[in-house]
Amino acid sequence: MTVSELLRVEHLTMEFGGLVAIEDLSFSAAQGEITAIIGPNGAGKTTVFNCLTGFYKPTVGRLTFSVLGRDPVYLERMEGFRIARAGVARTFQNIRLFPAMSVLENLIVAQHNELMRASLFSVAGLLGLSRYRDAESGAVKFASQWLERIGLLPDADRQAGELPYGDQRRLEIARAMCSKPTLLCLDEPAAGLNRNESAALNKLLRNICDTYGIGILLIEHDMSVVMNISDHIVVLDYGKKISDGSPVSVRHDPRVIRAYLGEEAECDPGAVEPGLSC
Amino acid sequence: MANQSSLGLEKLRASTVLKEAGLASLVALVLALPLIGFRTVGGGDGLSFEFRWEALVVSVVIVFLGRSLVTAMHGVWRLNRFSLPGFQRFGSVIERRQVLLILGIIVLALLFPLMPEVDRRAVDLATLVLIYVMLGWGLNIVVGLAGLLDLGYVAFYAVGAYTFALLGTVYDWSFWGCLPIAGAVAAMFGILLGYPVLRLRGDYLAIVTLGFGEIIRVVLTNWVALSGGPNGIAGIPRPTLFGLEFTRRTREGHSFHEYFDLPFSGDHRIIFLYYVILILALITNIFVLRIRKLPIGRAWEALREDEIACRSLGINPVNTKLSAFALGAMFGGFAGAFFASRNGFISPESFTFIESAIVLSIVVLGGMGSQIGVVLAAAAIVLLPEALREFSEYRMLVFGLAMVLVMVWRPRGLLAHRRPTLMLNPSRPIAPK
Repeated sequence: MTVSELLRVEHLTMEFGGLVAIEDLSFSAAQGEITAIIGPNGAGKTTVFNCLTGFYKPTVGRLTFSVLGRDPVYLERMEGFRIARAGVARTFQNIRLFPAMSVLENLIVAQHNELMRASLFSVAGLLGLSRYRDAESGAVKFASQWLERIGLLPDADRQAGELPYGDQRRLEIARAMCSKPTLLCLDEPAAGLNRNESAALNKLLRNICDTYGIGILLIEHDMSVVMNISDHIVVLDYGKKISDGSPVSVRHDPRVIRAYLGEEAECDPGAVEPGLSC
Repeated sequence: MANQSSLGLEKLRASTVLKEAGLASLVALVLALPLIGFRTVGGGDGLSFEFRWEALVVSVVIVFLGRSLVTAMHGVWRLNRFSLPGFQRFGSVIERRQVLLILGIIVLALLFPLMPEVDRRAVDLATLVLIYVMLGWGLNIVVGLAGLLDLGYVAFYAVGAYTFALLGTVYDWSFWGCLPIAGAVAAMFGILLGYPVLRLRGDYLAIVTLGFGEIIRVVLTNWVALSGGPNGIAGIPRPTLFGLEFTRRTREGHSFHEYFDLPFSGDHRIIFLYYVILILALITNIFVLRIRKLPIGRAWEALREDEIACRSLGINPVNTKLSAFALGAMFGGFAGAFFASRNGFISPESFTFIESAIVLSIVVLGGMGSQIGVVLAAAAIVLLPEALREFSEYRMLVFGLAMVLVMVWRPRGLLAHRRPTLMLNPSRPIAPK
């Protein structure tokens, strides 16, 4: 697979009043690769996501999103829902499903724009034309494929809010994928998962990346996830990039070790890997 | 369970009961002192106060005893809420027998005016109930589905009513021709209101919509040249049945009784109006049921659940909210045009805040998003004050008490049971847990 640049972040700066959350951050993410953003708490990782997905307007910076065969778009100028339509989907650190709606409905809502066009902005739907009915059954089929993949097919008609935590995490990823994105941004997808669930998640993410050839941008604390599946890691500390490269090079970067373990760290860098305790 | 029961027994301790009751009676004392303790007496030389210490003491004692009793009962029943046995499952029973029930209600509604013991007054009352049912179903789009708390719904009702009243009296347009126009104008006002309040949610939205409702009413009261001010508009045309009027004599053409060779009776018009609103309400219901299952309906519900997640999925929150406001307002406008036509006279008096409050309580009592719940709640809210007419002094009290009781028993409304808009295995019942 040819590696092409999907997202380029240049000189991104985000200030809240006097507080500089991100300072002059530049990195890029490629299609077909998993790019991880790591860093200690408060390093500004989620702020990067919020800038990318239009929840914040960056103070300075250019965010170029270029899909092969389409004109590049500048995310910093767009409204959140237009960014999503351009092909950037995201999940949230604190899961944001539609809890009172069923699991299946959550995945159908993700295909809203397609269905809306098929229903001719509700006219064809109200009249019950076959044009809309076909589109709807197609959407249900697509959603059930995803439910099967994440193992929630038997729970399709249950309320999303009553699923166990781990299932909700996977459902949120499936929902993001149902919007058919080119870049998938995952904010701590392994948070609160146990070892087995976390391993299953690794497999799922790798699988998504390889089958669909999309790019994945990942914020994660769980080093087993980050080191095992990332192709490329960006390390942030106090809003600045301190390291950028392959998992191996980042793991041995003294600046990264210092950021995670403090100045006087005297331990084997290899021990940093599981759970970050020395 | 064991833990809960020991907690329950703990509550039985006399000290807890006394503390609870003491606190409640203290609150009662503070409240009752100005409300019950003083009374103004108009004497020869202006107003003077009269102190009513006995009444004050009695009310505080009643609160003390009542609170002790309630606290003690909580301990005995080991329950934190009253529970009505059997009623919890009422919603799911209705859900399962839905088709049968709906058909039953429709047949009953169709035959209602023809039943022997139903008189003119009953049909008129049923018409009123149906107006509120239709308003409730319309508001359900905004409040129940889109989750936007709208306290100014009466504004759209008023816009619809005045649109038809003006077109009907000034240009002599017929009811049926004006009905879509009234709906469209009301929808336009819905968008007009919706635009500035897009960013608001919950309480803030409620306050702004309340203000909008009042603005419409105040404008109608003061713009005498357009709306006739407080005098209102009289002589609004009545609806016709394919051009047949329901009057004794007509200026041109036929009237209903001549055409069908019946003796003239005022009841015909009442019954006809009943069927008109029944059909309008059913159209509203079918529309809402259908649109709920369309992408736009699901987007409304998703927006109610989580607006941020919606944006991250590419749903345009502005258009989605505006469409909810516009469609909700449209049905308010239809109902308003019907109201104007039924009464023949409208004035700003009919569109006060209390109307908005009644429609909203119908939606909330019925259970947000529940269609049958709205029917039950509308019937209860309109008929309860009618039934209590003899005790007219106490009817607001009973009305309030009934509302409080429903909120204690069914905090999510009479029939709050959401059914998914589409299911993978519709035949299989969903396991509750």
